[in-house]
Amino acid sequence: MPTKIKKIAKPVEEKPVTPAKSGRKIRLMQGNEAVALGALDAGVNFFAGYPITPSTEIAEILALELPKRGGVFIQMEDEIASISAITGASLAGAKSLTATSGPGFSLMQEGIGFAKITETPCVVVNVQRNGPSTGMPTSPAQGDIMQSRWGSHGDSPAIVLYPDSVKESYELTIRAVNLAEKYRTCVILLLDEVIGHMREAVTLPDIANIRIVSRIKPTIPRHWYKHYDENQKYLSPLASFGEGYRYNVTGLTHDALGFPTNKPNEANDMMERLRKKISYNIRDLVQIESREMEDAKIAIFTAGITARAAKSAVAAARAEGIPVGLLRPLTIWPFPDDAVRKMLRNVETVIVPELNQGQLIHEIRRLTKDKQDGNLIPIQRANGTLITPNEILRIIREVH
Amino acid sequence: MANIPQKIIHEYLRHDKKFPHVWCAGCSNGIVLGSIIRAIADMQLNRDDIVMVSGIGCSSRMPVYVDFNTLHTLHGRAIAYATGVKMFKPNLKVIVITGDGDCTAIGGNHLIHAARRNIDITVILINNNIYGMTGGQASPTTPHEAIATTAPYGNIEPDFDICNLAMGAGASFVARTTAFHAIETQNYVKEAINHNGFSMLEIVSSCPVIYGRLNKKGSPADMLKHMRDNSITLAAKEKLPKEKTEGKIIRGILKRDERTEFTDAYAQLVKKVMGGKHE
Repeated sequence: MPTKIKKIAKPVEEKPVTPAKSGRKIRLMQGNEAVALGALDAGVNFFAGYPITPSTEIAEILALELPKRGGVFIQMEDEIASISAITGASLAGAKSLTATSGPGFSLMQEGIGFAKITETPCVVVNVQRNGPSTGMPTSPAQGDIMQSRWGSHGDSPAIVLYPDSVKESYELTIRAVNLAEKYRTCVILLLDEVIGHMREAVTLPDIANIRIVSRIKPTIPRHWYKHYDENQKYLSPLASFGEGYRYNVTGLTHDALGFPTNKPNEANDMMERLRKKISYNIRDLVQIESREMEDAKIAIFTAGITARAAKSAVAAARAEGIPVGLLRPLTIWPFPDDAVRKMLRNVETVIVPELNQGQLIHEIRRLTKDKQDGNLIPIQRANGTLITPNEILRIIREVH
Repeated sequence: MANIPQKIIHEYLRHDKKFPHVWCAGCSNGIVLGSIIRAIADMQLNRDDIVMVSGIGCSSRMPVYVDFNTLHTLHGRAIAYATGVKMFKPNLKVIVITGDGDCTAIGGNHLIHAARRNIDITVILINNNIYGMTGGQASPTTPHEAIATTAPYGNIEPDFDICNLAMGAGASFVARTTAFHAIETQNYVKEAINHNGFSMLEIVSSCPVIYGRLNKKGSPADMLKHMRDNSITLAAKEKLPKEKTEGKIIRGILKRDERTEFTDAYAQLVKKVMGGKHE
C-alpha cells in the first residue's frame, strides 16, 4: 500500500541535523540534557511539566534556561495539566513540549488524543522506566512502545521517534519539534532511562546549520480560513489565537472548519485526514539505521539502548565471520514496514531483543508468515536490567 | 429586504451551521450566555482578543456558538488549557465556561491550583447541581438528600460550596449570582473580566428537564422563581439573623483583593533573569 501513496505526497527529504565543522564545543552531557538543549535549539518556547523520575532533569534545565530567553516554563499540578497547558499554549502560537515518564505518560494519553484530533503541534518526551504502575522508577524498560502507538482511545496515527544515543537524543528532539510543526500533531520522543541519564560526548552543531520547521501561517482572509484545510496535502496552515481568525477547536469529531459534527461523511473525512496525514508521508517520517545488512543472513531488529548492545554483538559476530546485521528504527511509529519486509526477504533469522515482554516483535510477526517459530527469536526482559552484548552474541552463535 | 433591527447577538453568535443549540427547552444556560454577550459588548472588547475555553458538559458547549477564539477541551481540563493560552499570550482575555461537575469534580485540581497561582483567568461556573449531559448523575454540588440517577435513594454526600472552595484556594475575585438575576450576572461578568487575577463567578442555574424532574422542582419558570425567592444579597445576609439566612443562596461579590497576578510575576522573573535585555 505505501508504494502507491508515496507518489501522491512527494514528501520532502529531511536530512538529520549534522554537526558543523566550526561547531560549538564538544560537550559531555546526559540524554536528558541533550533533549533540553535540542528543544531550545528547535525553538521551543513553552514547557509545562510535572516532576517524575527519570525525566526530571529536562524540566530542571528548561526552568533555568527558558526564562533567560523570554520563553515560558511552568510546573503544573499534574501530567494531565501539563499536556493540556502545552496544547493550549501551542494554539496561542508557542512551540511547546513536555517531558514525563511511564505513569505520567499514561495520565497524558487523553490529552495526546486531543492534540491529535485537534491537530495541534506539541511534543511529549517519555523517558521510559520500568513498569507496570510505579514499577522501578530508576530502572530501564522499553515497555511503552505500544502505549506510544495505541495509548489514547480511538484510532489516532502516531509519530514516535526513538534515539539510541545522547547525540541522537539531541537530534531527534529537534526533529520531533519540526515534525510536530509540519504535521500539526503531537509527536512523541521515547527515551530509555539509561540514555536519559547516560553521559556521552556530543558535538553540538552551529545554530545556523540546524534545520528549523515552523507551522505554516495562513495568508488568507478570515472568512476563507479553514482550520483543517483539506487542500494542502493534509498539511494545512495554522492560525494562532489572537491573530484574528477566531476559529473553533474541539475534541469532538469536527468538520473542516472545526465545528462539531455527527454526520458520517464528515466524520469519515476527519478520520481519513488524520490517517492520510501520516500514511501519505511515510517516506518523510520513517528513518532507519541499517548496519551490515547487505550480506546478512541473521538480522537483529531493535531500538534504543538495546540497539547499542546489538551493535557490539554485531561487531563481535562479524569478527567471527558470522553474517549478521542490524536494522534499527529511529522512527518506530509509523512502523518501517517496507524496510522490515525487505529484511525479512533477505535474511533467514531475525532476532528481536527488547526490554519488555514482547512489543516490537508483534510488528515483525504482522509482516511475516514464514518466520514464526524457529526463525523469529525474541530476547525479552522486563526486570530492570539491560540485555547485554554477550547475550545477543550467544544467540547469534546458536542460530548460526 | 425587510428592515431587521441590528441586535447584539447578530454580532456575537456564529450563525452558520451551529444552531439549533444542544440545550433543552427551559435550560438557563441561554440566559447566562445572553448576560455574558451583553457584558462583553458593553466592555467593547475586541473579539479577536477573547479566548473562550470550556471542558465537557452542557454549559461547556457554549463556546461553539460565539464568535471568539473558542477552545472546547476535555472533561475537567478547561482551566489547564486556559493556563497554557494565558501564559503564552497574557494579553488575551481568557474566559473559562464550566459546570459544577467539570470544574469541581474531575477538574478540581486545576481549579485550586489556578486559584493559588492567581492567574488572570475568568472562570464562569454555571452550577446546575447535576450532570445534565450524561443524564442526571450526582455532582459535587448536588444537595444532600437530593435525588440523582446515581443517588436514587437520596444523596448521602455533603456538597461543595464552590465560592468558599475558590476563596480558600486563593482566588482573588469570587462572586455568586443566579441565572434569574440576568443583569446582575452581566455586571459580575464585567467585574470578573476586569479583575486582574483569578476570578470565579458562580452562577446558580437550573436544569428543569433532569434535576427538576427528579426532584419535583416544577416548571422552568418555577425554578427561576425559586432562585429569586431563595437568594439574598451579601449585604442583606449581614443584616439578617442567622436563622433567616440559612439555606439561602448568597449573592454578591464575596471576595476581591489585589495580589500579584501570575503572568505579571512571570514577566518580572523574565525581566530579572534577562537582566533588562528583554523588552
